[in-house]
Amino acid sequence: MAYTLCFLLFMIGLYCAVVKKNMVKIVLGIMIMEYAVNLFLIMLGYFHDGVAPIIDRSEFDAQTQTVTAQFLNSSVDPLPQALVLTSIVISLGSLALLISICIRTYEKYGTFDITEIRRLRG
Amino acid sequence: MKGMTVIVKTVSSWVKVLIFLFGIYIILFGHLTPGGGFAGGVILASSYVLLMLAFGRRFVEENLPSSVASKLDCLGAFLFAMVAILGLVFGGTLFVNFLYQEYLPGTPFELVSAGTIPLSNLAIGLKVGASLFLVIFALTVFRYDGSRKPGDSDESAGGTPATRE
Amino acid sequence: MALFYMLLVFMVIAAIIAVETKDLLSSVICVGAIGFGGSLMFLFLRAPDIAITQIVVEVLGLIILIRATISRDLTFITGDREFFGTVVSVVILFVILLAGVRIFATLPEFGAPVFARLPGTASQAYISRGLADTGAPNLVTSIYLDYRAYDTLGEATVLFAAVIGATAILRSKSRKALEGSDA
Repeated sequence: MAYTLCFLLFMIGLYCAVVKKNMVKIVLGIMIMEYAVNLFLIMLGYFHDGVAPIIDRSEFDAQTQTVTAQFLNSSVDPLPQALVLTSIVISLGSLALLISICIRTYEKYGTFDITEIRRLRG
Repeated sequence: MKGMTVIVKTVSSWVKVLIFLFGIYIILFGHLTPGGGFAGGVILASSYVLLMLAFGRRFVEENLPSSVASKLDCLGAFLFAMVAILGLVFGGTLFVNFLYQEYLPGTPFELVSAGTIPLSNLAIGLKVGASLFLVIFALTVFRYDGSRKPGDSDESAGGTPATRE
Repeated sequence: MALFYMLLVFMVIAAIIAVETKDLLSSVICVGAIGFGGSLMFLFLRAPDIAITQIVVEVLGLIILIRATISRDLTFITGDREFFGTVVSVVILFVILLAGVRIFATLPEFGAPVFARLPGTASQAYISRGLADTGAPNLVTSIYLDYRAYDTLGEATVLFAAVIGATAILRSKSRKALEGSDA
């Protein structure tokens, strides 16, 4: 159910990027797709009654250099979180790049409409 | 962009210090608490973006010129590469945590611990903050120039140190 | 758990409004609502690092998007692309949606561990030995700056390229004018 709703969010973003005529709307569709993918990766690592992957002082045995078995069995998966962390910042950089392309196109053609831009090009 | 009203200017001049300090805290304690270089760098950039929105573009341009910001950006990238190469020199492999393994193990859960991870956090924070500030600065400058008439845009751009650095 | 599904439905509704509304500024603000809802959901999914990063990135992204759209006079573009192409795209998207729903139904139920709890996987090794290997109690930091630091190097490169691309696209004088002024 939760995975399906996440996939529905992705499909809404894909619909927006494929069907809409406005350039900024296409960028927004790409952003919605990014949110859906990040959310899906984090949801794969989660399970019920999990704790955040940050070790507390009481959960670490300094003598044997090991964490307690309770933390080992209750921590959520930190690997997708580390991957998504880089992906979020990259999405901000690529958003700035896409928006600057949009602004430059608006300066040149005076419109955000991609069918209009295609007509004006020739 | 002349800036906003006196209320906004006063409040943002008080708040900017807190936001900047919070960014530094998030970067420095990234290996102990949630946060890290990415979040802290974006917070540092957003403190300058707040100044840019409240006081106008000229104010930020005098305090942190885009040439200095691009130098900070390159410095962050250089520091991160330097951490990697020091790992190659002292530990034998790229990105090996040589400080933690041999020279400065520190005690866990303290600020000075985890070897090269705080250094990498600092470099990443510097890099992300400076580059995002540069992008938003470039967007603001372009909108300023684009609001002129198309005929005299080149002359108006000549007087300002625009995005050519 | 009900709160989780309410947030997810809220995000889907905000996405539908963002896609279908005519005003560009309302659309941008609805995308911001999706981002903040996503940030709350990351907090709910026990990922505080991602939540902090998402919320600050969302603020900066909203500023960028609003800057791009706030003073453009032509923000109302009605209608879709050509009728035939639109119909074909919607049909293909509908087929993908049906197939995807079938595929996602075969995944384990949400809340059950998918790949973290098997012994011998990378995630299990990171959780059990992360603090002893790297000295950082925050395991996410210990992964992206120590175990998988090449990821972060690649991220820095991509961010560098994006910034150079944006500033080069937004350059206010042409190359010819720059060379002319230097000569």
